[in-house]
Amino acid sequence: MYNFDFVKPSTLDEAVAALGGEDAQPLSGGQTLLPSMKQRLNAPGVLVSLTGIAALKGVSMEGRLLVIGGATPHAVVAAEVASAYPALAALAGGIGDPAVRNRGTIGGSLANNDPSACYPSAALGSGATIVTNNREIAADDFFTGMFETALEPGEIITAVKFPVPEKAAYAKFQQPASRFALTGAYVAKYGDGVRVAITGASEGGVFRWTEAEEALSRSFTAEALNGLSLPEDGMMGDLHGTPAYRAHLCAVMTRRAVTAAR
Amino acid sequence: MTKVTLTVNGRSMSGEAEGRTLLVSFLREELGLTGTHVGCDTSQCGACVVHVDGKAMKSCTVLAQDVNGASVTTIEGMANEDGSLGTVQQAFQDHHGLQCGFCTPGMVMSSAALLAENPKPSEAEIRHYLEGNICRCTGYHNIVKAVLAASGQDVSTLGVAAE
Repeated sequence: MYNFDFVKPSTLDEAVAALGGEDAQPLSGGQTLLPSMKQRLNAPGVLVSLTGIAALKGVSMEGRLLVIGGATPHAVVAAEVASAYPALAALAGGIGDPAVRNRGTIGGSLANNDPSACYPSAALGSGATIVTNNREIAADDFFTGMFETALEPGEIITAVKFPVPEKAAYAKFQQPASRFALTGAYVAKYGDGVRVAITGASEGGVFRWTEAEEALSRSFTAEALNGLSLPEDGMMGDLHGTPAYRAHLCAVMTRRAVTAAR
Repeated sequence: MTKVTLTVNGRSMSGEAEGRTLLVSFLREELGLTGTHVGCDTSQCGACVVHVDGKAMKSCTVLAQDVNGASVTTIEGMANEDGSLGTVQQAFQDHHGLQCGFCTPGMVMSSAALLAENPKPSEAEIRHYLEGNICRCTGYHNIVKAVLAASGQDVSTLGVAAE
């Protein structure tokens, strides 16, 4: 990869200031950013590491909200939210492999918004709030397209707040080489309705399947989804799966998630 | 260039690193510890796994400067003090858990991380935990057997069948 200047601030204010410089980018766990820099798909002049900022790490409860620091690794989420929000812990524990989970972070995954990543579906499916250094963004407004988010340049995800559902599950059809979701469905049942978020399918990135949400809000059973399907228009296609196959998997994985929800 | 100091296998070691210097390059080229291998260089194969502050990580996807000051354990740190093989290493030898040996440093480091978390893993748990370590010789069966043996469990029921 091309060389760059590396800085590692210990406070959020220092990080924000460093990111104000020309051609600077934040680095969290780097499990996607560093490989993309090796391929020269990305070549920042300055990398600002967020891993030295203690305030960005850790898990806590704020009333009924589960709050996860932006620089919290997947392995920590998998271990520490297992009782508070088991579906989210299971999702975090299924990302990549153990070594990747020790380094990759929730904030990095959400900011990257890979169309096949797991975490965006949990944030959107839970109606989470993404907290940054200067505002709070509802998940519904955060994911704006493939690898695109509402984040401004230099804006840092400091935490993610998850309302804990009555029951939820993530069902992922794993792409065996990359361990990303070939297609995955996150289903969460709240007192005021059900949310369904699909990853690994649309060319627009993670999205809510509103028809399924309405059907499941009436009856939270796999049978309630009978007859529902998504069109293949706008679905991703590659050597691992055609658009029609992914459209089919959306319904299959949603049914599996409903059945597994607890 | 920036000075980076790590505690490697219990010893303080320093060297120079650019911004882009990967931990694995720093260990191999700056500190001369060539036991850690670069396999795919894309964080998939796991040949480069080391422990950073006790956690298994792929050192080809960590910047040396980002772990400045950390405690790192590499394959060179897995032997006993008298130079004899450590428990996991010895089990790999006893059960022929390697063919060409290229993936072995990463396999041993990941296996040691597993046993630290889960001292008596089942065969399925071992296979699942090692999913980020790829053996091009497809020696998985004996690798799993070696890890089971290193955990002090009976491996006689596993037999010698290929997968």
